[in-house]
Amino acid sequence: MKSPILQSATKYLLPILLLFSFFLLLRGHYYPGGGFVGGLVASIAFVLHSFANGPDETMKILKRKPLSLIPTGLSISALSITLPLLFGYPPMTGLWFEEPIPFIGMIGSSLFFDLGVYLVVVGVVLTILFTISLNNLEEKN
Amino acid sequence: MLLTVLSGLIFSIVLVLFGRKFKAKWSILLPILPTLLFLYFAYQIPQISEGKSIIQHIDWVPSLGVNFDFHLDGLSLLFALLITGIGSCIFFYGRAYLKGHPYFDRFFGYLLLFMSAMLGVVLSDNILLLFVFWELTSISSFFLIGFNNDNPDSRKSALTALGITGFGGFFMLLALVLIGNIADTYTISELFTHRETILNHELYPLIIGLLFVGAFTKSAQFPFHFWLPGAMKAPTPVSAYLHSATMVKAGIYLLARFTPILGDHTYWNTTLLVVGGITMLYAAIHSLFRIDMKAILAYSTISALGVLTFLLGLGTREAMIAVSVFILAHALYKATLFMVTGIVDHETHTRDITVLSGLRKVLGPVALAGILAALSSAGLPFLTFGFIGKDLIYEATLHYTIPEWIWILTGLAVATNIGLVAAGFMAGIKPFVGTLPQEFEKVHLPYKSMWIPPLLLAILGVIFGILPALAGDFITNTASNAIWGNDTASHLKVWHGFNTVFILSLVTLIVGSLIYFINKPSLSKLQAVERLNNISPQRIITGYANDIVRFGQWYTNLFHNGYLRSYHLKIILFAEALIAYRLWLSGPINVDFWTLTYPDWYEIAIIFILIGAIYLVVTTPSRLTAVVGMSVIGYCICLIFVIYSAPDLAMTQFTIDTLSTVLFVLVLYKLPPFINLTSHTVLIRDAVVALGFGVILSLVAFKVWSEPISTEISDFYGENAYLLAKGKNVVNVILVDFRGIDTMFETVVLSIAAIGVYSLIRLRLKSSERE
Repeated sequence: MKSPILQSATKYLLPILLLFSFFLLLRGHYYPGGGFVGGLVASIAFVLHSFANGPDETMKILKRKPLSLIPTGLSISALSITLPLLFGYPPMTGLWFEEPIPFIGMIGSSLFFDLGVYLVVVGVVLTILFTISLNNLEEKN
Repeated sequence: MLLTVLSGLIFSIVLVLFGRKFKAKWSILLPILPTLLFLYFAYQIPQISEGKSIIQHIDWVPSLGVNFDFHLDGLSLLFALLITGIGSCIFFYGRAYLKGHPYFDRFFGYLLLFMSAMLGVVLSDNILLLFVFWELTSISSFFLIGFNNDNPDSRKSALTALGITGFGGFFMLLALVLIGNIADTYTISELFTHRETILNHELYPLIIGLLFVGAFTKSAQFPFHFWLPGAMKAPTPVSAYLHSATMVKAGIYLLARFTPILGDHTYWNTTLLVVGGITMLYAAIHSLFRIDMKAILAYSTISALGVLTFLLGLGTREAMIAVSVFILAHALYKATLFMVTGIVDHETHTRDITVLSGLRKVLGPVALAGILAALSSAGLPFLTFGFIGKDLIYEATLHYTIPEWIWILTGLAVATNIGLVAAGFMAGIKPFVGTLPQEFEKVHLPYKSMWIPPLLLAILGVIFGILPALAGDFITNTASNAIWGNDTASHLKVWHGFNTVFILSLVTLIVGSLIYFINKPSLSKLQAVERLNNISPQRIITGYANDIVRFGQWYTNLFHNGYLRSYHLKIILFAEALIAYRLWLSGPINVDFWTLTYPDWYEIAIIFILIGAIYLVVTTPSRLTAVVGMSVIGYCICLIFVIYSAPDLAMTQFTIDTLSTVLFVLVLYKLPPFINLTSHTVLIRDAVVALGFGVILSLVAFKVWSEPISTEISDFYGENAYLLAKGKNVVNVILVDFRGIDTMFETVVLSIAAIGVYSLIRLRLKSSERE
């Protein structure tokens, strides 16, 4: 299923979609969006790329197994839960910077929690899909 | 005291890490721990014998009433001394017995675990803590019985023992929780003050019934006795330690511990008398037909446990003195007999008493230990501690409070003891007397550390027999005081004068010896007895156990059959039943259709697309078309979300639908071409279930719409999302802040799903790893 149109389209679509997914992640606290949807959009971006160029090519862009994103994401979430303990608050207390950061806006511990969710979702979706599709490819050969 | 209990557990962990070293060089270190613990408890003897007790309290789960409360009184001390004292002997003995065994380290790990658990049982002052340790003894016993894990018999016996004791433990837990709830405390030393409350409570019969099941299963009382002979599949050191001297007495300990709290009641006493009476006589008679030394000892142990239960049932002052003395006497001679059996088995490779004879010529010191122990178990006057115990038993039955029962009870006790005398002689004397067959001439004495411990215990029995005050004043008196709840004012003496008790003891000894000389156990007799097995409790209870297993298989096959469609059907049917029932209860649904707004044209269009897509999915013969149809349905729902202003839901639905379509296509690729094998009846059934689900959910929607809904929760989130969590998107704030822990666990679930898929597909066994 190698179509040159799709291949050249994904070349531009992949970064745009990834940027969009990140945008969804950041705005989640104030407007529709969030880590879960953001993660799904990012996964769709990679899936689209793998449709156009084959999963092997996509794996090259990712550089590492998507499975490794899962523990990374889980630990970021877990850290953001336990971080307030260091400041003497109960776990999951929202901690915020006093001033907004340019372009990104307010940053708090819940954003990192959402980032963890985002990474886990990307890891889970890509692991499942790529495991199956790579397996299909291998059997074909 | 916490340290005494935990040290064994800690040491067993060390054993896991350095097992290899303990197998060879360091094995001499193993018996040090029990010996040190024994010295510690021996050091407490003077203090306890003055009537003091030691209490320690450490919070563990105070909100549930579970704490590390330890209490060392006379009864606990008697058991603690037995556990650590006989434990030290067993550790020395076992080190030689299992020398070179590949699982040497594992064995001692289990043994240490058991020792700690048993100490925990007898030292706990909290009934829930007691239960935890109680179960630990069952578990360690399971590992020890199944120690020879390549032997199917051994595995089966271990499972039976665990099944029976675990079953009893379950009932015991119920009893303990009931007691704790009624008395409003889980601390044993506080329960004494609530005696009247529990005794007068309407649940009292149930409580003691449940407690009895726990104690009787552990202490192998009729009809749960049969696991104990099976447990003899364990290596002999284990039989000597767990299944004669300590663990099986945990049930007796429990009964004794609760006697001052729950005892002295008609139900309590009668049940114990009847069960104990049946057990002691039944097992004593059984032991006479056995030819395996270990089986004889197993049945005589059951009989002795029956005697103890029986004595607790008598409930008099004399009976309590007899209980504590008999516990000590029995532990001393029975552990000796078991260790002697182990040595005989180790050296001659047989335990058949019809074959063994004359071994005194080659195993001198062992024979001495065996004969002394057998004489103690027979109750030879003036010389053995067993005599003191037997005396006190008769004294207890002769002074029973109901005169009409005295002769029945005494008769029972005499008959049982006659059996025990003969059984003791069969196991302790028979192998050593007579002529030495040629095949055993080359038998030689084992290591010193194997024959010294039994000899030591046997000699201790003689010392206590000659100077009973030594055992009485320091150890057993405080124990009987603890069971009786008051000062029993007992003083153990050898000579009470030429009275009825002494005559009964002599009669027992003489008739028992006569039976020993007349009764020649043989294989044919054993087989004759075993024909009765069909009506034995063992057959009946294992029959029930097998039925439970069969039911479990049937139930699992019904509900867990591996067909996704079957799971779906059951889940949906159950949900339908549940929701329909609730709807039925909540009464009629009032919907005023005239107040509903007319749908817009695009809403009607979406609904038509939906219906068309559903029709396509249901009728198409192509899987791919069905998947596409499904995604059309998903996108339509997505549009509905958009129209009714739920952008978060719409976005999620949209992306999820896209990805699940991709996933479907990838998986479909692997499937063979679609063939319709489903029959018409199944299709109709599925259609009915599906329509039913749709109807019920629509009804729920109408119901929700017609009822006034409380908006408290959404108001709370709406108001506080920005104030507390600085977010304006309430949905997102709920996900990442208010209910963040839920989200965290959901991501964990997702991760598990991904790892599951990955490992199922990618991690295949190499051909070398396949069986």
